[in-house]
Amino acid sequence: MQAKVRTAKFVELVSEFSIGLALIAEIILFSQFSQYFFTADNLLNVTLQASITAIIAAGMTFVILTAGIDLSVGSLVAFAGILATSVIKINLPVYLGLSLGILTGLLFGVFSGYIAGLFVTRFKITPFIVTLALMTIWRGVSFVFTEGRPIWDLPEVFSYLGGGRVAGVPVPTIIMIIVFVVSHIVLTKTRFGRYVYAVAGNPEAARLAGINTNKIIISVYIISGVLSAVSGILLASRINSGQPNAGLMYELDVIAAVVVGGTSLFGGRGTIIGTFLGAMLIAVLRNGLNLLNVGSYVQQVIVGVVILLAVLLDQLRKK
Amino acid sequence: MNYLLRMRDIVKRYPGVLALDKVSIDLQPGEVHCLVGENGAGKSTLMKVLSGAVKKDSGEILINDKKVEYHSPSGSQALGISTIYQDFRLVPELSAAANIFLGREMKNDFFLNKKEMNIKAAETISQLGREIDVTLPVNSLSTAERQIIEIARAIIGNVKILAMDEPTAPLTSKECENLFGVIKKLKNNGVGIIYISHRLEEIFEIGDRVTVLRDGRNVRTAALKEVDKNDLIKLMVGRELADEYPRNKAAKGEEILRVENLNSEKITEVSFSLNKGEVLGIAGLVGAGRSELVRLIFGADKITSGKIFIGGKDLMIKSPAEAIKAGIALLTEDRNLLGLFMNLNVRENISVSSLGNMLTGIFVNKQKELIAAQNQFDKLRIKAPSIETAVETLSGGNRQKVVLARWLEMNSNILIFDEPTAGIDVGVKYEIYNLINNLAEQGKGVIVISSDLSELMGISDRITVMCEGRITGILQASEASQEKILDLATKFSSKVKYAG
Repeated sequence: MQAKVRTAKFVELVSEFSIGLALIAEIILFSQFSQYFFTADNLLNVTLQASITAIIAAGMTFVILTAGIDLSVGSLVAFAGILATSVIKINLPVYLGLSLGILTGLLFGVFSGYIAGLFVTRFKITPFIVTLALMTIWRGVSFVFTEGRPIWDLPEVFSYLGGGRVAGVPVPTIIMIIVFVVSHIVLTKTRFGRYVYAVAGNPEAARLAGINTNKIIISVYIISGVLSAVSGILLASRINSGQPNAGLMYELDVIAAVVVGGTSLFGGRGTIIGTFLGAMLIAVLRNGLNLLNVGSYVQQVIVGVVILLAVLLDQLRKK
Repeated sequence: MNYLLRMRDIVKRYPGVLALDKVSIDLQPGEVHCLVGENGAGKSTLMKVLSGAVKKDSGEILINDKKVEYHSPSGSQALGISTIYQDFRLVPELSAAANIFLGREMKNDFFLNKKEMNIKAAETISQLGREIDVTLPVNSLSTAERQIIEIARAIIGNVKILAMDEPTAPLTSKECENLFGVIKKLKNNGVGIIYISHRLEEIFEIGDRVTVLRDGRNVRTAALKEVDKNDLIKLMVGRELADEYPRNKAAKGEEILRVENLNSEKITEVSFSLNKGEVLGIAGLVGAGRSELVRLIFGADKITSGKIFIGGKDLMIKSPAEAIKAGIALLTEDRNLLGLFMNLNVRENISVSSLGNMLTGIFVNKQKELIAAQNQFDKLRIKAPSIETAVETLSGGNRQKVVLARWLEMNSNILIFDEPTAGIDVGVKYEIYNLINNLAEQGKGVIVISSDLSELMGISDRITVMCEGRITGILQASEASQEKILDLATKFSSKVKYAG
């Protein structure tokens, strides 16, 4: 009995392993071509570069697990950053302003996620359309609100969030690690996590098993909204301004990370660890290509090909 | 001897299970060769190998004494092999006619000839003794009607070998007779039929030969004239069964559930009650509203008016979650569609409803979960490598046991079983009857819906008969007979209308 349990676990491990192996292969490859690549400095830099989209990807994993999609994340990044910076700019005592600003940004994430979840559950509109509309709305609102001009001239301390380091590790990297650890625990160790997989696998059976499926679905959109807002605030802090065109097209990078990480777009299958590895795979690739002075146009082609290969690998493994 | 089909020494191995261990079967033109065995004996796997849906590990298939190789369902179809699966393979959004002609559409040059297809489809269906509006999408049809569509789809092409896996499970007896008529016609045309069923009476009615499988091996092949029902059961389970239907001997206690003047879109003025220790059967034709009634009690559908009393208390149940809290469990009719999570393993499928009892703080206590799931797994003797096996790889009866295990773990006071033995072999059926009696013995109230009248009469204390969304009578087991039940079940038969 014990041995059999172990073999089942082993298969799961192997599936995450295949992305992990690809990541290791990638790291070894780039180390051969660039001396700078495999240095603590550069690797930390990779995690910093990956952090903004990776944090959103953690939230997106929840949504995609329920066979949904959240296209609004990029626009959420922009408007959450704008809201946070606007509040911070009001003449309040610095730390109060900072806290209120961050809180406002996060609450906006909750609000947007709730609206998305509500339309998906109560009004039965497909997630693609709901979040496509929200993507357009929040992007538009960002430009209207700022009249197209960035918000800057922010207090020095704000830039610590995105630019600071603790014991040499960038703050966004730390936040990313916390987000992934918590997400992983929520998804694998809590009742909510199990319900996410159940609702994803068979919504009607989930309802008949006594699960409040609407609550679960609304929750995953709220998680995605909040984590997008976290990224939005981090990004605003890094560039030390609230930009209406921040986070443009992020949704595609984020979805790529989740899918490369082995999560099925049909829902029900996927892991947070997979998403983390997927995000890292893409970030390492971008970083390595930069170090090798590969032009950005060619980079796009290579990244696209790697996404296809990674998903193909995953598909072949399943057979 | 002229063989239409020979499958020789077929081996199929799944992770942890040897599903088929050198199984052989042959088929002559115009013959109905029945395949029987317990769940997990390998019948469905053998059919999937025949249809090309599953790849065999070794063995060979000969058609008209010529060895053939194919690797997909379309490959087998090209050889004249048609398969009706246990779980439907219809496209829900497409019309009935479109489903029947899926993959071999009739065309006028470039465009689809819908008119011709609709006519042909309707003709085939009326051969099966039903009238169905073939332009309706399949998802608006009932389970029985979908089965008819599935059969029509299998026989409309140039079929030489027809494999049917539990074709009668969702059908009423009238519809079964029509199907048997069609099978006889096909036989006369020289079609060879492999017929899988758990209903042994059927096998004796239409079969010529029978092959018994047990644990993935051939046990015996015989002409049906040479064997009787008891022989088959013995061969299938490898031991003798006592009574076919063990009776509930539990003492009846106080009232546990009462329904008063319940109304909904499909239910009219339904009132009845259930006592502790009682097994209440619900009989009726397909579409009589049996499943709809229990779904109302379970909070799965909307009640327009009426009252539900549980343990004497008037409760407004608005969702399955509330029903479960009130101590009600519903084993749904379609376990694959409404019961199981194919992306989860056996343990997770068992524990999903009772996770609330397995929490330590905000975390699921893995140890408690493992123990509970393993306990139910052992008690119900689920045949799977372990509780960590994906339910997807389980056979029909074992899947049913997994859903049963989920509800047993909930320890509900009122258990509603909707067609609990559909598509399940005799051995497991018997286990389920004993389980129902056991629950009654513990002072629980049990409601059983079944289309198998002899089963219903065998295990129920009382039988409620429904027709057209109403209760047309409640019979004591002692006074019930097939005739009386059918009489009540067709009380409004002058008004019976089929969809479309």
